[in-house]
Amino acid sequence: MPEILTSLSNDLAATVESVGSGVVRVEGRKRLPASGVVWSPDGVIVTAHHVVEQDDNIKVGLPDNQSVPAALVGRDPRIDLALLRVQAEGLTAPAWVEPDSLRVGNLMLALGRPGQGVRATMGILSALGNSWRTPAGGTLDRYLQSDVTMYPGFSGGPMVDAPGRILGINSSALLRGGTTLTIPAPTVRRIVETLLAHGRIKQGYLGIGAQPIRLPEELAKQLDQETGLLLMSVESGGPAEKGGLFFGDTIVSLAGQPVRHLDDLFALLTGDQVGQSVPVSILRGGQSHQLSVIVGERV
Amino acid sequence: MSALLQRLNEEMGDVADDARRSLVQVRSGRQGGGAGAIWRPDGLVVTNAHVVRNRSLQITLPDGSNLPARILAHDPARDLAALSVDASGLPPIELGDSRTLRPGQWVMALGHPWGVSGAATGGVVIGVGENLPEIPQSGREWIAVSLHLRPGHSGGPLVDDKGRLVGINTMMMGLEVGMAVPVHEVKTFLEEELGKEAKESR
Repeated sequence: MPEILTSLSNDLAATVESVGSGVVRVEGRKRLPASGVVWSPDGVIVTAHHVVEQDDNIKVGLPDNQSVPAALVGRDPRIDLALLRVQAEGLTAPAWVEPDSLRVGNLMLALGRPGQGVRATMGILSALGNSWRTPAGGTLDRYLQSDVTMYPGFSGGPMVDAPGRILGINSSALLRGGTTLTIPAPTVRRIVETLLAHGRIKQGYLGIGAQPIRLPEELAKQLDQETGLLLMSVESGGPAEKGGLFFGDTIVSLAGQPVRHLDDLFALLTGDQVGQSVPVSILRGGQSHQLSVIVGERV
Repeated sequence: MSALLQRLNEEMGDVADDARRSLVQVRSGRQGGGAGAIWRPDGLVVTNAHVVRNRSLQITLPDGSNLPARILAHDPARDLAALSVDASGLPPIELGDSRTLRPGQWVMALGHPWGVSGAATGGVVIGVGENLPEIPQSGREWIAVSLHLRPGHSGGPLVDDKGRLVGINTMMMGLEVGMAVPVHEVKTFLEEELGKEAKESR
């Protein structure tokens, strides 16, 4: 008899059953429902931002088949996370695991509950990298990629290791081309704590519209930077205008860091910059200028 | 390679070997073939209805011999067919229980994808039952599996970790989800179409 294969198969199914008691259905869009994870027994649910298309009339399907209304606590589109709260007690909150205890090649299970029952699929951890900037400008503490196929409705559900600990929240929206990325536990914790405390993620704001533009050759060589951000619009009365920036200026650096693309700018405009005076290097009429801008807050 | 992984590999090879003993190829006219599973030693073979497109049927047994087959029962709604070849002493596939399948459980699909004879592919059960998100209103039970079924897999056995038949490989839903008809549906089909003896005289 195949002993190891049978043990493996039974263990996988047992892990799915045990973690599945903390996986919920999230009905926050017109299409197929998606999945979420119970963060705390008192009704906090973490899920993916992109599967919660509406702010109201959200429902959560609990593992006991109850469907209950959920309130949106907040969301972070840059990380693709959203936080919901349901009126419930004694929910099962699964245990989480830090990425450091994982290795490339480890078995992974992705769980989801787009329908009534918990659903599962398996693969291996393909890549475990350092911090990674999402295309939307958020930062994941670790880059977690697996070869697990994300089925419809699995987004917002957990990636689970063989012993049944959650390594993060799965999202099919962070990268195009069907690559499965997992938002790692430390990032989820950071976002959840901020959203629970403030209901939103604080984000810096300049009040500009900009696009990348090639820098003059000499300056590019001098700075070792090929592009900057050409200001296409400057909001009247906004932080940038107050700081003396004009339409047609090219931002080369902010807070001493190079600004090559919009992503660079987004990443630099973190919440803790709000209210701070930040040095900005610009190019105006072929001349370099140093200004400073008091960063506003995106609302 | 670790001893455990090596044993796991051997066991997976054994499961495939065992299941292949009861795996047949079904060809219907000039069209591409499908697969089937030997249900009874006297030549009763189970496959998908959509594999059986016309009456001129040929079955290739695991030993390579080709035999004409006739249709005993054909149910397009269930997508199941029962065929018969003139043979005896064939090795029937061991039957498993599709009602106790759990998500995450390991399964293997056997068939002839794109004509590759006796190929195996492994994965896990995604979900079982009616009202799967893939087929919301089918009114029938399905096994959704994390493996790619290809032309030539249809009608072939889906087996569990002990090599027991739990489903009949039937189709893909979207690009990624394999769908199988649960073996308890096959039992019901055979009982209804062929009477109690179909099951009992195994």
